[in-house]
Amino acid sequence: MISDLERLIQMLARLPGLGPRSARRVALELIKKRDALMLPLARAMETAAHSLKLCSSCGNFDTQSPCDLCTDPRRDNTLFCVVADIADLWALERTKAFTGRYHVLGGTLSALDGIGPDQLNIDSLVGRIEEIKPKEVILALGATVDGQTTAHYVTDRLEKFDVIISRLAHGVPIGGELDYLDDGTLTTALRARRPSS
Amino acid sequence: MSIQPHGESGLVAQMFTQSYGRHAGFVSGGNGRRQKPLFQPGNYLQVSWRGRLSEHLGNFTCEPLGLRASDFLDDPLRLGALNAAMTLLATTLPEREPHPNLYDATLAWLEGLSGPYWGETLVLLEVRLLDVLGFGLDLSSCAATGLTEELDYVSPRSGRAVSREAAEPYKDKLLKLPGFLVGRQHTDLQSVYDGLQMTGYFFEKYIFHAQNKPLPEAHGRLTNRLQRALDKEAAN
Repeated sequence: MISDLERLIQMLARLPGLGPRSARRVALELIKKRDALMLPLARAMETAAHSLKLCSSCGNFDTQSPCDLCTDPRRDNTLFCVVADIADLWALERTKAFTGRYHVLGGTLSALDGIGPDQLNIDSLVGRIEEIKPKEVILALGATVDGQTTAHYVTDRLEKFDVIISRLAHGVPIGGELDYLDDGTLTTALRARRPSS
Repeated sequence: MSIQPHGESGLVAQMFTQSYGRHAGFVSGGNGRRQKPLFQPGNYLQVSWRGRLSEHLGNFTCEPLGLRASDFLDDPLRLGALNAAMTLLATTLPEREPHPNLYDATLAWLEGLSGPYWGETLVLLEVRLLDVLGFGLDLSSCAATGLTEELDYVSPRSGRAVSREAAEPYKDKLLKLPGFLVGRQHTDLQSVYDGLQMTGYFFEKYIFHAQNKPLPEAHGRLTNRLQRALDKEAAN
């Protein structure tokens, strides 16, 4: 019979970044700080598990559907950003550089994994573009073969709309030394060079 | 050729190798931030495999020799071709069976993918892959008359060439044979499209139908894209 402590460690060990050893340390820390940490965490997790839902409009997680981002009147309806995953949306939100609307595809096309257009939220994206009629759609998808294949597919699907379709630039990261960059990034950065003003 | 994420930052990579054909192996940290760019379809890597027993999955250690995938990210047709070719190789080749000629042909195709004849050479690569898998097409002479000239069609039943004259009554049921496969010089987008339709038909019939699977979507997406490009050409 598995003890409550072992069950807790096993559950914690399933989390990203934690193995059995670090899960044991986390469990010990939680037990030591039962009132200050463990019970509030358990309550917060239970509340979040019951209240969080997928936004029916953009695919983000929030306590309401449509989510805060979709209902916020201050956000720019003329700009649309398409991302593969919720983690990408959160990464872009962290930058505070984008103030338009988002759409989460839920992954990228992958022939080997059997992920086709029907498995992604592409039809709903087309529906939103048709309804909201933004001026520009930014495809913020990964610089991978699958990511860019998806970007080309989405571009084809949006071809019929009067909308500018743009993609994120690929190139030298901030703080990056050329000597340490891989050949592919350097080649792409060279191709995407722009006049120095 | 392809990757499957495994665990938090590892992945199982399918490589097309010169000495062992299609070979899988685990790459520790392969799905992490530093190594991920290496494991894109079409990249050229030097790979060492280590496993306690030969039947084990084993571990790969890899060194980049040429990261070609990034060259085609902005080109939908070439990226589609890369996807189609790598998916076909990854899903059809038997594991750990060396095919040095096909390996060399694939490498040569990747080298020429940025050139103007990527489509013709892709069709040739697919015809060669069919041959390696035991379903080679006989395009040397007409199945009905034995003629070696004006071979314009392929029989979907036998995979043999059919001349223009013999094909006349049945041409709606036959597959179009692109001229560059039988030594005619003329090449264009239409002949690439015809060639991919032909190879796609035989892959589906001989390989994927037997496995109760459809032709990989990457192949269909490439032919659809070519069809749209042809429609645009015709409209202009």
